[in-house]
Amino acid sequence: MSDNEVKSILFAGVGGQGILRASDIICEVIMEAGLDVKKSEVHGMAQRGGCVTSHVRYGKKVYSPLAEPGSIQTLVSFEKMEALRYLKFLRKDAAIVVNTEEIYPPAVNLGDASYPDDAIAFLKNNYGKVISFDAAQLAQKAGNIKTANVVLLGAVSNLMNIDQSIWQNVIKKSFPEKLIKMNLDAFQMGIDA
Amino acid sequence: MKVLMSGNEAIARGAYEAGVRFAAAYPGTPSTEILEEFSKYKGVYAEWSPNEKVAVEVAIGAALAGEKAMAVMKHVGVNVAADPIFTVSYTGTNGALVIVSADDPSLHSSQNEQDNRNYAKFAKIPMLEPSDAAEAKEYIKLAFEISEKFDTPVFFRTTTRMSHSKSVVTLKEPEKYIDKTGFTYDAEKYVMVPINARTRRVEVEKRQKALKAFVETFPENKMEINNSEVGIITAGMPYNYAKEVFPDYSYLKLGMVYPLPEKLIREFASKIKKIYVVEEMDPFLEEQIKAMGISVSGKDVFPYTNEFDPGIIKNAIEKNPQETVSPYKESLAPRPPNLCPGCPHRGLFYALRKHKVYVHGDIGCYTLSYMKPLEGLHSCICMGASIGMAHGMSKALKEKGKGKVVGVIGDSTFLHSGITSLLNMAYNNSDALIIILDNSTTAMTGMQEHPGTGYTLMGKEAKKVNLKDLISSLGIENIKVIDPIDQKATRSAIKEELAKAGPSVIIAQRPCALFKRAKIKSKPALKVDPDKCEGCKACLGLNCPPISWKKGVTKEGSKRKGISFIDETLCNGCGLCEQVCKFGAIS
Repeated sequence: MSDNEVKSILFAGVGGQGILRASDIICEVIMEAGLDVKKSEVHGMAQRGGCVTSHVRYGKKVYSPLAEPGSIQTLVSFEKMEALRYLKFLRKDAAIVVNTEEIYPPAVNLGDASYPDDAIAFLKNNYGKVISFDAAQLAQKAGNIKTANVVLLGAVSNLMNIDQSIWQNVIKKSFPEKLIKMNLDAFQMGIDA
Repeated sequence: MKVLMSGNEAIARGAYEAGVRFAAAYPGTPSTEILEEFSKYKGVYAEWSPNEKVAVEVAIGAALAGEKAMAVMKHVGVNVAADPIFTVSYTGTNGALVIVSADDPSLHSSQNEQDNRNYAKFAKIPMLEPSDAAEAKEYIKLAFEISEKFDTPVFFRTTTRMSHSKSVVTLKEPEKYIDKTGFTYDAEKYVMVPINARTRRVEVEKRQKALKAFVETFPENKMEINNSEVGIITAGMPYNYAKEVFPDYSYLKLGMVYPLPEKLIREFASKIKKIYVVEEMDPFLEEQIKAMGISVSGKDVFPYTNEFDPGIIKNAIEKNPQETVSPYKESLAPRPPNLCPGCPHRGLFYALRKHKVYVHGDIGCYTLSYMKPLEGLHSCICMGASIGMAHGMSKALKEKGKGKVVGVIGDSTFLHSGITSLLNMAYNNSDALIIILDNSTTAMTGMQEHPGTGYTLMGKEAKKVNLKDLISSLGIENIKVIDPIDQKATRSAIKEELAKAGPSVIIAQRPCALFKRAKIKSKPALKVDPDKCEGCKACLGLNCPPISWKKGVTKEGSKRKGISFIDETLCNGCGLCEQVCKFGAIS
């Protein structure tokens, strides 16, 4: 890292997928690692099944909680099609972690629009590193589909240079006692995915 | 201790650290979490008032008793509260009074994009604006200090991006609360009849003069001289965007956006050749700076509309004609927000559209029903407006409007500002039908209590207003209560009430599907029987998230081209689609 290189991660998905929780956890991890961090999100209307995004930015000193288009190094998409929606924000060499789960928007349900079938191939052809897997399925294995967000964090942790013990400590602090083991398992599944 | 906080959490924390123990608000995105967070601190009094005007009046009362009081609202809430705000500027505050206005550039969750910095100038009230959570926590303390020192209400402005961004904040020990409350009698200062108000009017100008001197040394107006070629004057969140893309420019960052430090601005201008004023929405700073005779660039290069981001500022200053674009060129189906599975509003609007009426809408989740396929309402202006508008349209249309004009309004919104307009309908004998969508909570902003829920913000049991009795006492004689999921009952109630002369009210009562306390007993998820489904798509007309349609599933002896499916993980079993299916395929 240069003197004040600021890195950006974009989280994207559909309301209700635990996106904001995941971006909160990653911010805590970054803070524990001794870096400055800012994140931005918009709630409100987005909670009703709409698109949800969160920008996380970190470095020695961060000013803007929003990243400039064309500057983001990492995209974490909680849904397959949503990965395509924000590509203007990414650098050409960005790494992409994508959950291959499909959630149909209303127009697709009504038969008025089609769901793209070329998403993963397109990403692989255009970006340096694409890690795609069904996080929902892994989350089921860990014990609950709701841990899909933590599975994805596991995969993201591979791309960041932060000690695993910090991740684990923050995950332990983020959930009630009885859910800790399940989430640590989910995190490990993401690391191995 | 260092923690990660949103701007809203930091405002609540800062107020608490400053010894503030009194706050009132009406929920509204992006301001809602401020009071929710504040109410969790020990020893505080925090309330949801029925609307923003009441919240400000409650806070004024507390301030006159000597308290440090805070009133919190979204930008349009300040319109509702403007009446007391403009005159408390005359009386002064005795204790301290800070009004938090959460603006919404880009209209993420609002009906307009007004720039409430204009209120500061209009009402002659100083205004602070932080740029991140750490500043928010410290600035709210300064706001209370200024209020006490100058006997003035103080505006504290935040924006959606500011309120909902998180950053690192260092917690401090809260100031010890000292109870300074008591009675202060000073009729000449607090009774705003013309003779007293004229005197206070002069005092306001004296205070303005004192504040203008104060801002010249206000430490949160900060000059950073990095080069003498290009400089930026800015405030709030846009400061961060500009620093991000132009770290080497010089900056004058204003912590107080009204009144402006004229001498400091002149000093900055004398050192820098080319100055840009970077501000979202109105040229509020720019016009005042230009009026000082200083040449700056502002809205000639930056947009008037929507929130900024680092890219917008960079492109505007560098005159880049090309925006960064996505390499993926196919169009993607949008994901508009939708009513939830099991939402009671869906049943009401599905029944209502069969009657071919003009529907005036209001502010709440139900506004989402305007979209296809429900297309449930035809106007929406502001909180409480549906009732007055329905009455006005009905009067204007005379005979043509009979049985054709409806106003819909939520329970929280009705109690916010619908009561007086319903009183007017009874008084002026309206023919319109009003439907109160009573889902037992303030759903859109995230389940806040109100006078109809039976609980306060602090979680105490409270008097629960009886809507039927209240409406009856206004002089409305035709009142019906129905469950909007029950289509037969809902349709016949609407038909009967539309036919009646004089005003009618239907209370469509069923708790929000997400409202945990209501513990709605739903049936298990419903299923589509593929042998019975004729693929007619009637159930798709509900736009319920679990219901989808799959092409190509044909049936012998049927013309169907596909069938409906219900995603069992999303369905809450409300049973609405079961009533809509003519073939008995859903159960």
